Amino acid sequence: MTEELDALETAANPDTLKRVVIEPVTRVEGHGKVTLLLDDEDRVRQARLHIVEFRGFEKFVQGRPYWELPVMVQRLCGICPVSHHLAASKAIDRINGVTDLPPTADKIRRLLHFGQVLQSHALHFFHLSSPDLVFGYDDAVSHRNIFGILDDHPDIARRGIMLRQFGQQVIEAIAGKRIHGNVAVPGGVNKALTAAERAALGEPMKEVLEHAKEALELARRLFLADVDHSSRFARVDTAMLSLVRNDGALELYDGGLRARSIDGGAIFDHVPVEAYGEHIREQVKPWSYMKFPYITDLGRDAGAYRVGPLARVNNCDFIDTPLAEAARVEFRAFAEPAPVQSTLAFHWARMIELLHCAEAIERLLADDDLSGGELRSDGEMTHEGVGVIEAPRGTLFHHFLVDDQGLVRRANLIVSTTSNNRAMNDSIRRVALDELDGRTLTEGLLNRIEVAIRAYDPCLSCATHALGKMPLALELVDHDGDTIATLRRDVDGGVRRSV
Amino acid sequence: MSVLIVDGREIEFEPPATIIEACNKAGVYLPHLCWRPDFSPHGSCRVCTVRANGREVAACITAAEDGMRVENTADDIVEKRKTLLSMLFVEGNHVCPACEKSGNCQLQAVAYYHGVTAPTLTYFYPPRPLDASHPDVVIDLNRCILCELCVRASRQSDGKNVFSIGGRGIDAHLVVNSETGRLGDSELDIDDRAAHICPVGAILPRRGAFQTPIGRRKYDIDPIDVAGDASEGET
Repeated sequence: MTEELDALETAANPDTLKRVVIEPVTRVEGHGKVTLLLDDEDRVRQARLHIVEFRGFEKFVQGRPYWELPVMVQRLCGICPVSHHLAASKAIDRINGVTDLPPTADKIRRLLHFGQVLQSHALHFFHLSSPDLVFGYDDAVSHRNIFGILDDHPDIARRGIMLRQFGQQVIEAIAGKRIHGNVAVPGGVNKALTAAERAALGEPMKEVLEHAKEALELARRLFLADVDHSSRFARVDTAMLSLVRNDGALELYDGGLRARSIDGGAIFDHVPVEAYGEHIREQVKPWSYMKFPYITDLGRDAGAYRVGPLARVNNCDFIDTPLAEAARVEFRAFAEPAPVQSTLAFHWARMIELLHCAEAIERLLADDDLSGGELRSDGEMTHEGVGVIEAPRGTLFHHFLVDDQGLVRRANLIVSTTSNNRAMNDSIRRVALDELDGRTLTEGLLNRIEVAIRAYDPCLSCATHALGKMPLALELVDHDGDTIATLRRDVDGGVRRSV
Repeated sequence: MSVLIVDGREIEFEPPATIIEACNKAGVYLPHLCWRPDFSPHGSCRVCTVRANGREVAACITAAEDGMRVENTADDIVEKRKTLLSMLFVEGNHVCPACEKSGNCQLQAVAYYHGVTAPTLTYFYPPRPLDASHPDVVIDLNRCILCELCVRASRQSDGKNVFSIGGRGIDAHLVVNSETGRLGDSELDIDDRAAHICPVGAILPRRGAFQTPIGRRKYDIDPIDVAGDASEGET
């Protein structure tokens, strides 16, 4: 990151500055706000993305039986519960002493995950981001939304809705529900798919693939329509982190950790996920409930990294489905051997992955292992499990320690969006400097800040886990709305109570 | 044969029988939680409250009489049951979305049967412990509704005396008969009926959680008036 951007984290004299707040940040999952502090000449002196909600899952799973974890932690999110369900399941596989699942269980979980990534990517690109990209950042706010897309480009809207619906149908067939279902159990799954269920899911496959190809073409065309702007807007240069398969292929469900530096060189590669703590640390800042992870080897200041579609498509050596691989080659040609750093390239990479998911689902549905009979493996119980998965928004870490009775002693979750926290903050500072500095602010200009955040597809509700270290205020309010008592914990850990 | 008139329908029964026994034999569903046909009645949950000859009574501990008029589905009776069910939910910590008994839970099923789908009363959030000291069974007192089915199963079926209820009123709670008070030091065996009879998710055998897919759980398939009581030990 640059000193120019770092200087915008904390202004020297905030009390003398004008304050502009974007709250809530719209068309993202969860609740966040952006504050800008401006001087008398409208020069930006401070820009921060704050996460204003408080969750606390890491704390309240303590003392619960470990086998509840996949069902409990998926309630972190309504968009990507499958990712949390599977990451926790992988962790408790290890606690159950299981390293290799039966082929049926492994493939059922992978199919579920492909459905999840597909539906989440479709939701983000079509419902949340396409209004900015198709209509432009300055379009009237009453029109710049999914209903505007439905009115003006019904073909695009229908494509998005159909793709998301298909992904949700895959999830429902496997997990019993589209949101917060349940299929993974320690060492495997609780059901296989029948031949009839596979055939039913495969029916719209041709249409899904066509829509996915068109979605990719749309994202690519929008990026290339103004290459200079696309490359420059909200750009920050960071390392990239993701899982990769043993042979270097794009991998969403399993694999080792790979981090590439800004110039594309390897920082580490094929690191077993259990060793994540040796390579990643988390920093806490008093003004956000979201932590700031960094790559340990690079240090706190230089160690910011990004995760998600941009990192994955940059990091992998190839994609094992033909259409997505062809798209990856074209994408990477933009910056090779260095990673593509453009923040807006997230959208393009995301649609490459969406097409990969569609191709992978088609391939898996033809695999008879999905209908196999062996659903679970057993092993000797251990006291620790790490589960890592590539959620739609990036690498997701679940780490649990349990006691002799199987109760959770400690939990650590590094959620995908958390890893992008530093980069998102720097992206909005880049936009603030490039687009807002010294100008009279308009809705369209402020929307550029949100466009930068949306490119990351952040899930803010997933990513707030700083319990125990963050300042916190609890207010007891009676039925008339009057505050009866307040409990405050300061950043130094001191607790004050007022009545 | 004697005759009971339930919501205007005549059903025959053989005395002596309680109202709920007479209805059960005739295939008339009376919502209940603490009653099972093969245990002595307890009358603690009151969910089987009906109006019999004008008086509100618990059907599981009230003798059926020839010609007795029973109101089971009257609006005001149903409302009272809904309030009782809501009270059971808020007295404990029933987090259905994360509970392995969900879909096989009798409290949840009776609540759905009566249309109780969201909390209507203020939660107590009582601090309640979880006992995982037994190698095969876990007790989560957050979910205990004090039905005493485990107490009766241990005494009447297993010939043991593992469980009892201690405390009074809002402080009433399930206690384990062992020197330490921990389940792992008690006589409970995984094959005991008491280890499997819990109608909610308070006493659960280990290694069975979430094994039944959504859509195939007992009350996914049929509502409780068709499916009947929670299966013993099924999660």
